[in-house]
Amino acid sequence: MKRVIGRWLIPVAGGLAFVYLLVPIAYIFVFSFNDAGRTNLEWRGFTLNNWQNPCGAPNVCESLVNSLQVGVVATVIATVLGTCIALGLVRYKFKFRNTADLLIILPLATPEVVLGASLLAQFLNLGWELGFTTIVISHVIFCMSFVVVTVRARVSSLDPRLEEAASDLYASPLATFWKVTFPLLLPGVVAAALLSFAMSFDDFIITNFNSGNFSTFPKFIYVSATRGIPAQANVIGSAMFLLALAVVITSQVIAYRRRKVLAAR
Amino acid sequence: MTTVTTNKSEPGTTTSSGADLHLQNISKRFVDFTAVDDLTLTVPSGTFFALLGPSGCGKTTTLRMIAGLEQPTSGSISIGGQDVTKLPSFQRQVNTVFQSYALFPHMSVLDNVAFGLKRKRVKDTLQRAKAALAMVELEHMASRKPTQLSGGQQQRVALARALVNRPAVLLLDEPLGALDMKLRRQMQVELKSIQTEVGLTFIHVTHDQEEAMTMADTVAVMNKGKIEQMGAPRDLYELPKTAFVANFLGKSNLMYGTVLEDLGDAVAVDASGHRLVMPKNRAVAHSGAAVVGVRPEKMRVMTLEAEYSPSANMLTGTVLDASFTGVSTEYLVDVPGIGTLATFSQNMGQAPAQRGETVRMTWEPEFSFGLDGNEKATEGKDAL
Amino acid sequence: MTATATRRGDKKKQKLEDPRSTEEISAERRKGRMGLYLILPGMIVLALFFAAPVLVLLSMSLNAKPPGGEIGEFVPALEFGNYVTVISAYWDVFLRSFIFALIATVAALVIGFPMAYLVAVRLRGRQLLQGILLVLLIAPFFSSFILRTQAWKQILSDEGPVVTVLRAIAILPADGHLTATAFAVVCGLTYNFLPFMTLPIYANLDRLDTNLLEASGDLYASPLTTFFKVTLPLSAPGIFAGTLLTFIPAAGDYVNAALLGNNRDTAMIGQVIDSRFFKIVDYPGASALSFILMILILALVLIYIKRFGTKELF
Repeated sequence: MKRVIGRWLIPVAGGLAFVYLLVPIAYIFVFSFNDAGRTNLEWRGFTLNNWQNPCGAPNVCESLVNSLQVGVVATVIATVLGTCIALGLVRYKFKFRNTADLLIILPLATPEVVLGASLLAQFLNLGWELGFTTIVISHVIFCMSFVVVTVRARVSSLDPRLEEAASDLYASPLATFWKVTFPLLLPGVVAAALLSFAMSFDDFIITNFNSGNFSTFPKFIYVSATRGIPAQANVIGSAMFLLALAVVITSQVIAYRRRKVLAAR
Repeated sequence: MTTVTTNKSEPGTTTSSGADLHLQNISKRFVDFTAVDDLTLTVPSGTFFALLGPSGCGKTTTLRMIAGLEQPTSGSISIGGQDVTKLPSFQRQVNTVFQSYALFPHMSVLDNVAFGLKRKRVKDTLQRAKAALAMVELEHMASRKPTQLSGGQQQRVALARALVNRPAVLLLDEPLGALDMKLRRQMQVELKSIQTEVGLTFIHVTHDQEEAMTMADTVAVMNKGKIEQMGAPRDLYELPKTAFVANFLGKSNLMYGTVLEDLGDAVAVDASGHRLVMPKNRAVAHSGAAVVGVRPEKMRVMTLEAEYSPSANMLTGTVLDASFTGVSTEYLVDVPGIGTLATFSQNMGQAPAQRGETVRMTWEPEFSFGLDGNEKATEGKDAL
Repeated sequence: MTATATRRGDKKKQKLEDPRSTEEISAERRKGRMGLYLILPGMIVLALFFAAPVLVLLSMSLNAKPPGGEIGEFVPALEFGNYVTVISAYWDVFLRSFIFALIATVAALVIGFPMAYLVAVRLRGRQLLQGILLVLLIAPFFSSFILRTQAWKQILSDEGPVVTVLRAIAILPADGHLTATAFAVVCGLTYNFLPFMTLPIYANLDRLDTNLLEASGDLYASPLTTFFKVTLPLSAPGIFAGTLLTFIPAAGDYVNAALLGNNRDTAMIGQVIDSRFFKIVDYPGASALSFILMILILALVLIYIKRFGTKELF
């Protein structure tokens, strides 16, 4: 009996946790088919209208496009800057390394309200108008730290002898970087970019402080929560979830197949 | 396939027969210790040269300096007469087979082998890479990833990846260290035959004395950043010049003593009351304190009654331990005043001596070798 | 090799004098400068938009309202009284925020660890299934956490299925609620930061050598003993990172409290800061609160690092 419990405890507990994680998403998905009027609070019947017309509610799609734009720009900047920092911190020794290290970690130890409030204070101080640029800057700050942490783990686990081998085989430092270092770091960089995009896309608190009249998808939902969230928001939330799932799972399946084919040869 | 293109050698690029390597007063000092200490060394072209020593003796640092992966603190390195000390590794006509192979995990086996050729922008890259893979009998694995190969196969890919560039000098950093015993022996033979075939200068770093002796034309024994002794494997084994070499390269019995009399070609040494003779041309010191050495297999073990040649050196002692290995019986014998000596006798059907028995050990004086009296007899004994 | 070499080379220790040649030192300097160039752009961004803003926040927290000034009008000053005012008014909210965050962190650890263990250890070798479950951990980000929190609000609402069932089996009294309670807020916090707990633990357990678990079993340890004596200590770095990444944002969060709480007994400090900034337009007060929150969290994190930041957690 004890052994049975020991054997099944982890799978059952872990499985239930995944269910817990997915319950609200299932709810969002189901209610995306609700024939809701203005508020999507109770079930009024099945319809495909919301999916056929996802931009039907005012501002839903505009805020989505805004979020995607912010996410892409912030991710690209954060990934490039963060990867450079990770490389610099792991591979080189220089004077202000510990200071730099601290400056990278601190944003992670700062709650979003504080980060948002301080950036707002800075933008007010500088007299900048709040909008796309200020949101991108604020997202870059917190995404960059995550990128550094993720990529740095990858850089530290990279065998320096591979780079020596490249140099030994007539590759100039530049060729070594592009032919050996970068391809080996790529999985870490992609993972970091994905995480960064996800966090930028999902951020509300920092955005709320620094967006002015600019609306992002989470901000749109938060604002409409008081009046009633249109079912179209559920459509977009579900669609984005499924899209993310589909993209990653497809790439996983392709990689899995390729491994299998290679192993069989 | 035509090989017309191969020997169009631009100056200093493709050298098919290897080149002389010369290290002049090379030192490498790190902040807290000296890895290589004023080393001067010439390796003639086409030689299979082994750098043998325990870990930390500076052999790998020496190799890395030749490869250009490490800068010497002082001294110079030249290859084929050209000073390459300041040249970065990617501009040196030197290739390395790394200890962990360092195969690029994200590239296929063929791309790994073609890597150096592509960087040098050589023509027929793929054909040459395939030919190199064929040489190590792995052409059927060309499209695999390195992780899908066994250790021995990875090792051969690493070798092909280095050899395909026809470097002036090929460096091997403990290339067989990760392989099991059987594979090791097999690869030793293969490496040696490939070297004979391509005729390049091979520099092989290892801590395995057997490996160094079976493969190399010349062995240099390194200790504490310096070369202790260098020569053909047989010369080193038969006539070690220091206690370190005597102990690290095989086993030796070393006995402290004082030179008693000059016998013309030989000297007689008093070792705690025992008179031992050694030829002058095999001894470092001809007067004063000296250490007399003899290899265990050069000694004969016999009963006290047995006859022995009157010219032979003779010691008597008590058997501390006798272990039968089939081919022979190995003994540890305690000789009063001298200490414990190791010896063995080949299994010729005789009854082995028992523990506690008193035995006589003899050897011909010409098998003795003499070291400096200040040598520490245990130097290099447990070094690995 | 270097390690043993150092030991062997002890006798030849060089002191004071740097034995490297000038070329070598200059080569290393050049390398060092390359590192500086690599981190410089990111560092400038961080200095301008992280370090400087925090200083601006600090100076703003000391601003004073000029006599007879309009709403939102402040002048530079050294008004430390702002801190006294906000601390005496909101110390209980700070306390509540930290307690909520702490409970949520522990709950997320209890829920997240089996998830991470399941994916990293039990499903080792089954790469496709592992990949899918990992994606499920990150994909919820894309459906917007506000939408998900709102969904929880509906699920837990008085008309929702959970309350109906709980009332029917009398776990909840007939007029009991789940929403607008501290319980709902903590549940929301736990839910929203669960991936931040699970991912670092997963990354750590992924490298766990399962032979060690077998060895432990071989040495007469029961599975439970193995878990507490081997698995848990070995996964300490992952748990350490996960708890920090959960606690810090949870302590400053206000979305859960705003959507799932009732704004009086469940208010969290983030809500107060937000409303001070946007509703009351009390920039100095809001800045002071932010700054206190930052200092408190940094202090807690430092204590935590000092206490548990070593190799062993237990």
